[in-house]
Amino acid sequence: MTWADLLFLLPEIVLSIGGCLLLLAPVIGGRNNGVAAKWSMLLLLVATAAAIYVAAGAGIPSLALGTLFVADPFAVFFKLLFVVVIAMITLLSAEFLEDGRYSAWEYYSLMAFALCGMMFMASGTHLISIYVGLELLSLASYILAGYYKNETRSTEAAMKYFVLGATSSGILLYGMSLIYGACGSLHLEAISQAVATMAGNQALIIGVMLLGAGLCFKVAAVPFHVWTPDVYTGAPTPVTAFLSTASKVAAFAIFARIFYMGLHSLEPDWNSIIATVAALSMIVGNLAAVTQTNVKRMLAYSSIAHAGYALLGVLAMSEIGLQGVLIYMLVYAFANIGTWAMVMLLRRREYAGENVDDFDGLHKSAPLYAFAMVVFLLSLGGIPPTAGFIGKYYLFAAAISAGYAWLAVIAVLMSAVSMFYYFRLVVAMYLKDGAAADVIPSRQVRFIVIVCLIATLTLGILPERMIRGAARSIAPIVNLASR
Amino acid sequence: MQNILSIITYWPLVGALLILFFVNKESSRAIKTIATFFTGSTFLISLVLWFRYDRSSDAPIFQFVERFSWIPSIGVDYFFGIDGIAMLLIVLTTLLSFIAIYCSFTAIEQRQKEYYVLLLMLETGMIGVFCALDFFLFYVFWEVMLVPMYFLIGVWGGPRKLYAAIKFFLYTLAGSVLMLLAILALYFYNTSGIPFLGIAGLGNAPTFDILKFHEIGHSIPPEMQFWLFLGFFFAFAIKVPMFPFHTWLPDAHVEAPTAGSVILAAVLLKMGTYGFVRFALPILPDATTSSRIMIPVVVLSIVGIVYGALVAMVQPDMKKLVAYSSVSHLGFVMLGMFALNPMGLQGSVLQMINHGISTGGLFLLVGIVYERRHTRMIAEYGGIAKVMPVYAFFFLVTTLSSIGLPTLNGFIGEFAILLGVANVSMVWAAFAALGIVLGAAYMLWLYQRVFWGPLDNPKNNELKDLSLREQWTLIPLVVCMFWIGIYPKPFFDIMEEPVNYIVKKVEPNYFEKAGIQYVEPPLMEGHEQPAEHAELHAVEGAR
Repeated sequence: MTWADLLFLLPEIVLSIGGCLLLLAPVIGGRNNGVAAKWSMLLLLVATAAAIYVAAGAGIPSLALGTLFVADPFAVFFKLLFVVVIAMITLLSAEFLEDGRYSAWEYYSLMAFALCGMMFMASGTHLISIYVGLELLSLASYILAGYYKNETRSTEAAMKYFVLGATSSGILLYGMSLIYGACGSLHLEAISQAVATMAGNQALIIGVMLLGAGLCFKVAAVPFHVWTPDVYTGAPTPVTAFLSTASKVAAFAIFARIFYMGLHSLEPDWNSIIATVAALSMIVGNLAAVTQTNVKRMLAYSSIAHAGYALLGVLAMSEIGLQGVLIYMLVYAFANIGTWAMVMLLRRREYAGENVDDFDGLHKSAPLYAFAMVVFLLSLGGIPPTAGFIGKYYLFAAAISAGYAWLAVIAVLMSAVSMFYYFRLVVAMYLKDGAAADVIPSRQVRFIVIVCLIATLTLGILPERMIRGAARSIAPIVNLASR
Repeated sequence: MQNILSIITYWPLVGALLILFFVNKESSRAIKTIATFFTGSTFLISLVLWFRYDRSSDAPIFQFVERFSWIPSIGVDYFFGIDGIAMLLIVLTTLLSFIAIYCSFTAIEQRQKEYYVLLLMLETGMIGVFCALDFFLFYVFWEVMLVPMYFLIGVWGGPRKLYAAIKFFLYTLAGSVLMLLAILALYFYNTSGIPFLGIAGLGNAPTFDILKFHEIGHSIPPEMQFWLFLGFFFAFAIKVPMFPFHTWLPDAHVEAPTAGSVILAAVLLKMGTYGFVRFALPILPDATTSSRIMIPVVVLSIVGIVYGALVAMVQPDMKKLVAYSSVSHLGFVMLGMFALNPMGLQGSVLQMINHGISTGGLFLLVGIVYERRHTRMIAEYGGIAKVMPVYAFFFLVTTLSSIGLPTLNGFIGEFAILLGVANVSMVWAAFAALGIVLGAAYMLWLYQRVFWGPLDNPKNNELKDLSLREQWTLIPLVVCMFWIGIYPKPFFDIMEEPVNYIVKKVEPNYFEKAGIQYVEPPLMEGHEQPAEHAELHAVEGAR
């Protein structure tokens, strides 16, 4: 442990201390003071963002704490994205925490620990450090999913999530142990050197498959997706927003990191499996979403489909593919959080705002929101000039350039299908006559909707900076993979 | 003058934003005035293109070029430029958009603000499609157009509007995403130096420049061309629409409000045929001339001509009849195009314009009686020439133009197409001629049932003849019908060079074989030689 290591860990240290302080704060601040909790959390996030800048700018050696972590632009990209996403979710959560039935301090403390776990995941280069980060995230998520502890659905969701999540973590860990057995190391670079010389090793192949299965569970890809609709529907809506963006993005960060850094020379053995998983996710996710009448379930299935699209970028094993994953995660986060914010705006009781009919006639009562929702849905569907098009463009391009033309054909046809169910919301908002939807007046949620709207349109019309940023972020990993 | 294409493209959008942000939704007069002003002025500005377009044989093919870098990381340029074909279509678009706004004043009573905003946004999308010379940019405009049209059908449409709107949207989207894949495949083929899809790429600087793809057309391996052609074919054939991809069209037309039908028939369908002329033919020449593409396309066109006409004949609904007549007419356009000689192509392009004018006019006319009687069933009418003589006159001229009577525009287009097609195959020409006969049959029968005979439905006794505003929506179209019918030379002059350029791209030896002296004009100003063009890109790529 050197000063450089401490400097590297500064954001995580700030977050851990802050998370503990949030637990202690009710003693001073009053247990039910949701407003104070919110501002404390936002302050903590600002401090974390500042710490990320300091750590990134300090010119520390690339490997930290032995070989456990790496300080590369890829990690910085994801860490900053996580902080932004968590800040937006904090604002979204404020509304439902302010009525005081559920403690806000503990909620934000769990969010902070989850964020800490995600940041470890983003920079981990060692399977153990990645696993520990993932578990920190998962444990916090299980509790958050059951945060409405008096509601049966929320408790049920947490239970399902916990049982299945723990199983998948076990599978993941077993895969890691097999890889260790085959390669003699858990460090990704060492693994990558070892796998290059051991084609056809049974233990390694099984290990990689188990590892892949665990990761597919975390990103909610078919056939490991069955938990998603129930958990997303049962969890409190801001937590659902958290699970479908932050948690999924973090899982993709390690997915990409492990496969691009550790297993790229193993290519021929796993890519047909991932291709099948991607195809199934796109088909099952989109087709199942078509029949849903509950918005949360529909978006849950659509998030399964989005995992399928993003897997194209992992699969491609190319510069453009990895760039595509980063860009897609960024644009997906904004469009998705915007959509969830809209669902929250229409919340009538604890769980309402969920049926497609709750959106009926929204254009009359809130034209700006209705327009924003159309933009988010177009972005999720990948229609220009929204940011989603740039994201999809990169992923389709990656699939085509890697020779997966059949997968690209499935992907584009399924995104046409996805427009069918996204447009059911548009139909409800604009084309259904009758009652005008109720909108909960909330300045915080309105702020988030506007931020996401501006981001989605700006990144779609002027994507150059985002593309450059993504290109810079992936450079070290791509250099490593091509070596 | 430098940015005239951008001005024409975004001027309607300025109007849309103005209405959206600064006009109260109750003040219907202000909304209509602004919408009329902006579409009217767009039309007037687009006339500048007509007058300033250089028609001489050594003039550059693509004029009014605007180009700057948009997303340099992947080689996307903001690249606008038009040839004569695009110019004619732009002027058609601006004229019809103006008429569509002008004809909606009494027809649209609810949610007027949104209606005019969407029509203006749609106009921007349509003009952008015809201006774009960069694939990425083209695709953006192509998709942008879909959303306003969806809303126009879905909000202001007839009883089955939701079904028709989503059907239109999904059909078009499914086609266009396949086109996106074809565009990506072309992009990587041109760019990557490494083998891709088992075929070695060219290793050029990354670009979406359509003119660059025109150059590499013949170097793309035939097998790859075949698959890429299929990608483009689905996008464009659905839009045209060719048989059997036409089923969205009758639904969309019947349910859409009058202005929506006019725009749909006059402009949106032309995007499909324009797409073939601009992209599929010159970029994939070997696929175009290969028998496994050529024969199915020609057969589908002929089936479309005959089938569209026969189905139109038995329709009880006027609007549906006109919709099916579009399938038949667009079959002609496709047939003329795939004759792949200058005469057929010129006829094909002219027929695109003609169809926009005549069928746009027919939809306007059907909309006028629908507004009065709220029915379009032919059986409900009869003998209304007695109460609406002016209306009957306009309907007659438009009908005759649609069936190709000499001295009207349809005749010139059909004649040129038949001439071009007969050069290739007399059998094709025979089928096309059959289509003309059938066309005359269903249109004249329609006219007879609606306008002549006894005035036996008492509800029709009170029908008012055309108001002055309604006459003025039709007069420009009738003037164009006579102009093209009597003196089409200006139109052929404009089309000649662009059409020769496309023929040359598809069949480089065509002019030598036909014994015609042909000097290829420069592509655009400042790009005299293709070699320089390549160098410029290399420099840009390095930068």
